[in-house]
Amino acid sequence: MSGYDVVVIGASWGGLHALERILGALGDDFPTPIVVAQHRDPDADDELLTGLLNRHTALCVADAEDKSPLEPGNVLIAPPGYHVLLDDGAAELSVDEPVQFARPSIDVLFESAADAYGGRAVGVLLTGANEDGAHGLCVIAERGGYTIVQDPATCVRQEMPKAALAVMEPDAVVRLDDIPAHLGRLCR
Amino acid sequence: MAVPISTSALPQSTDPEQIEVELLLEAIYRRYHYDFRGYARASLRRRLWRRAQQERVRTLSGLQERVLHDPMVMERLLRDLSINVTEMFRDPAFFRAVRERVVPILRTYPYARVWNAGCSTGEETFSLAIALAEEGLLDRVRMYATDMNEDVLGVARSGSFPMERMRRYTENYQRAGGTGDFSRYYTVQGDRAIFSRSLVEGAVFAQHNLAQDSSFNEFQLVMCRNVLIYFGRPLQERVHDLFLESLARFGVLALGHKESVVASHEDRYEVLDAAEKLYRRKR
Repeated sequence: MSGYDVVVIGASWGGLHALERILGALGDDFPTPIVVAQHRDPDADDELLTGLLNRHTALCVADAEDKSPLEPGNVLIAPPGYHVLLDDGAAELSVDEPVQFARPSIDVLFESAADAYGGRAVGVLLTGANEDGAHGLCVIAERGGYTIVQDPATCVRQEMPKAALAVMEPDAVVRLDDIPAHLGRLCR
Repeated sequence: MAVPISTSALPQSTDPEQIEVELLLEAIYRRYHYDFRGYARASLRRRLWRRAQQERVRTLSGLQERVLHDPMVMERLLRDLSINVTEMFRDPAFFRAVRERVVPILRTYPYARVWNAGCSTGEETFSLAIALAEEGLLDRVRMYATDMNEDVLGVARSGSFPMERMRRYTENYQRAGGTGDFSRYYTVQGDRAIFSRSLVEGAVFAQHNLAQDSSFNEFQLVMCRNVLIYFGRPLQERVHDLFLESLARFGVLALGHKESVVASHEDRYEVLDAAEKLYRRKR
């Protein structure tokens, strides 16, 4: 019985590589649904990111659709130009204004995960060159969830993890290559 | 006619914030007859909190007190809850698909009616009008653009959009298959671009609430993009009933990129364009 019901991951600059490494090392028996907000070009081809990630992982990666259910073995990605929020075991989409210039916004995803799952959410903040996700990760921690920041030394860009580390103390600062095993232990 | 969407099927939560949300929505419904009870909760909660912060109250119960006693607060909240952020020719490929797949269908009618449901501030209404004008169809189409909020309809009617967005809209327009010079559709007044009245000369801008009102006409095209994402499943079912009722035989339903026809209605439509979410009503 897993201690957590959802893993939310936020990534920006350098995120594709980091996501490939993390999702690629998780088996298709990973028991917890995963939802990802990766900053992306709002005009990007919808299928591009999911196509790339599916090549590297046994998990099933798809862009979130309206009310997509969260299911073990599945990874939902925030589509370009939409925020993804979580409620009641499903993804909600919104086209509300970008938050800190980002849509999808990592803060929006993390805050809604904290609202919906409280202490049963794991938040993972990866590489990036802005400050998105720092506030959301604080909210996850406040509600009793588990927080992970990628070790900045292993990030393509360190600004985003460092922004989080400046305002909070996560449960773990983890090197990129060790994140999958760490998630495996948490969600077993 | 108000048709309340029951939330009684949901398990009763003891979470104080969830109780506050439900009581606030109930209060709004009873005091002002706007029904947000069937809205998707996560985005709704975000919007309620944004209003609470701007009204300088610390809880949603505090917001309820303000809303009940001050109609101005309700007006501001209504604006927060009804504005759907959009842009002209958002998803250019969608408008290209409209020109390639829907326009030929509309051409088969001597006169067609189009409903832009949840038009918000009108960016999509004007985008569609421009596409139809360039296809030579605008004078054979009557557009109905509806929204629950009279204020945003006022903006839509005015066809006045911020000048700073025109560069982005021009790019979208070109990628959407626009055949002309985008700037010929508007005149500049200060920092606003005022779009030509001729685009909406025959259009009807009217108040209509998808959550509560009934079908009011029969249409050859119903366009409702990125509105239903804000609704919970039971309310989506209601609105899809409304759309089906409002569509002529072989009429087209256009949804947002990440929206779909609800499962219970799938057999009533054929898919006209899977990626651009164009559906055609059977019989």
